[in-house]
Amino acid sequence: MAEQKEVGFWNSLMRIDRRIIFLFIFVAISVPMFLQINLKIPTSPEVESLVATLDKLPDGARVLVSLDYDPGSEPELQPMAETFFGYALRRKFKVIVIGLWPQGPIQAERAKPIAERQVGRQFEYGIDYVNLGYQAGNELVIQRMGSSIPQTFPVDYFGKPVADFPMMQGVTNFSNIDYVFNLSAGYPGTVEWVLFAVDRFNIVLGAGNTAVQAPQVYPYLGKQLKGILGGMKGGAEFEILTGLPGRAVKYMTGQTFAHTIIVLFIIMANIAYFTTRKKEQGGLS
Amino acid sequence: MKREIPMIIAGTVGVVLIIQYFIPAEPFGTLNDVFSDWFSIIQASAIWLGALNLIKVAGDKIYRRHKDWPYAAIIIASFLVMVIIGFFFSGGRRFLDPGTPFSQLYDYVYSPLTAMMFALLAFFVASASYRAFRARTREATVLLLAAFLVMLGRVPLGDMLTGWLPKWLHMSEIASWIMNIPNIAGQRAIMIGIALGTVSTSLRLILGIERSYLGGE
Repeated sequence: MAEQKEVGFWNSLMRIDRRIIFLFIFVAISVPMFLQINLKIPTSPEVESLVATLDKLPDGARVLVSLDYDPGSEPELQPMAETFFGYALRRKFKVIVIGLWPQGPIQAERAKPIAERQVGRQFEYGIDYVNLGYQAGNELVIQRMGSSIPQTFPVDYFGKPVADFPMMQGVTNFSNIDYVFNLSAGYPGTVEWVLFAVDRFNIVLGAGNTAVQAPQVYPYLGKQLKGILGGMKGGAEFEILTGLPGRAVKYMTGQTFAHTIIVLFIIMANIAYFTTRKKEQGGLS
Repeated sequence: MKREIPMIIAGTVGVVLIIQYFIPAEPFGTLNDVFSDWFSIIQASAIWLGALNLIKVAGDKIYRRHKDWPYAAIIIASFLVMVIIGFFFSGGRRFLDPGTPFSQLYDYVYSPLTAMMFALLAFFVASASYRAFRARTREATVLLLAAFLVMLGRVPLGDMLTGWLPKWLHMSEIASWIMNIPNIAGQRAIMIGIALGTVSTSLRLILGIERSYLGGE
């Protein structure tokens, strides 16, 4: 009778109501938002490589930022955009923003003021920042930019002729760009930038990806991709290495709690699984 | 001719785009630019076709009183609200400027809604992991262990637990090894397979062997 009760307990544990799991995850993610916990976040070679490449660029370098994501991926990618703009402001980079996703340029406009507040300096539009907006055509937009950036984007995000901006004088194609930073949540994104811009036009590329997409771009790391920011962890490492701690570092506490809860649940499920299987096998023999 | 002309266009564009990759000299450079511009124009037009198709499909559902017709009504209403506000009530060409009604709809409605949809994944992934990650077979055990180590290695807790061990046994180092060695090996194998498949399908399209994209039989 006691053994039956025990098997019943493990069985019910294996069939736990998913709403209980949802509740645990909700608490794990939301509670840390109200706590001040400073976790030591170790940095990885992928992120160190990206920051080292950025550090090697001269002050005032011309960088192209392609934001290829929508608000669905904002929690992971937006902190990276904010940090990159903050870093660019500090190094006085000339930033050219584009988007292969329609929402990308809008995300840039949302990230810019946050970076400006953090650094305490503002971009001067047309002098050290310009948003060229979205262009339909996916990877062919990249290919077209290889021959002419002003022809691919004749007007900016706000409808002004690109040729009127002082920072765009002398920009013809990728040969006038020192570094390309891509934030990507899928297609078109980092893979297309590698295939159509790095391999063909020899640009220097660094990328930030959602945790789901990051494993797909790891094979390009090294010669084709000078560093990856993978998911929230990559974003947090980027913030630490650039000295601009922001949202990703803060959100890492919630992610740590959530991962811990999931790992504990997986352990519990496996204990329940083996216990019931052992007891069932014992019962059968 | 309805089939021959599109096939000739596809074949010519395909051949020119392949040649210009290896020989960027004229006239292939110019042809590449022209074809790329055509593609952008066609894709931009396809966005409108997609929008019209959305209205047609949703409109049909409402007309036929399909069981999900209220959702279809919400789709059409949302679409019209964004288009009308964007076109007529947000300063014309400057509809994307911060503070316009269109921009506010994006910031306070569209953005939180899409972020919420993505955030729901965390809950479903947790529930699915609980049910799926069980060491039933040898392969499942390997998958389970890899997931377990990467999940812990990607958060500071992993290193807190293994901080007393030699550095190469720190959870972040192990997660990094999994991502850089077995993951890359598997991904590259998949990529090579996809690339070979893409090459063969592209050649079939260019040579006119594959015609399913033309519709009909």
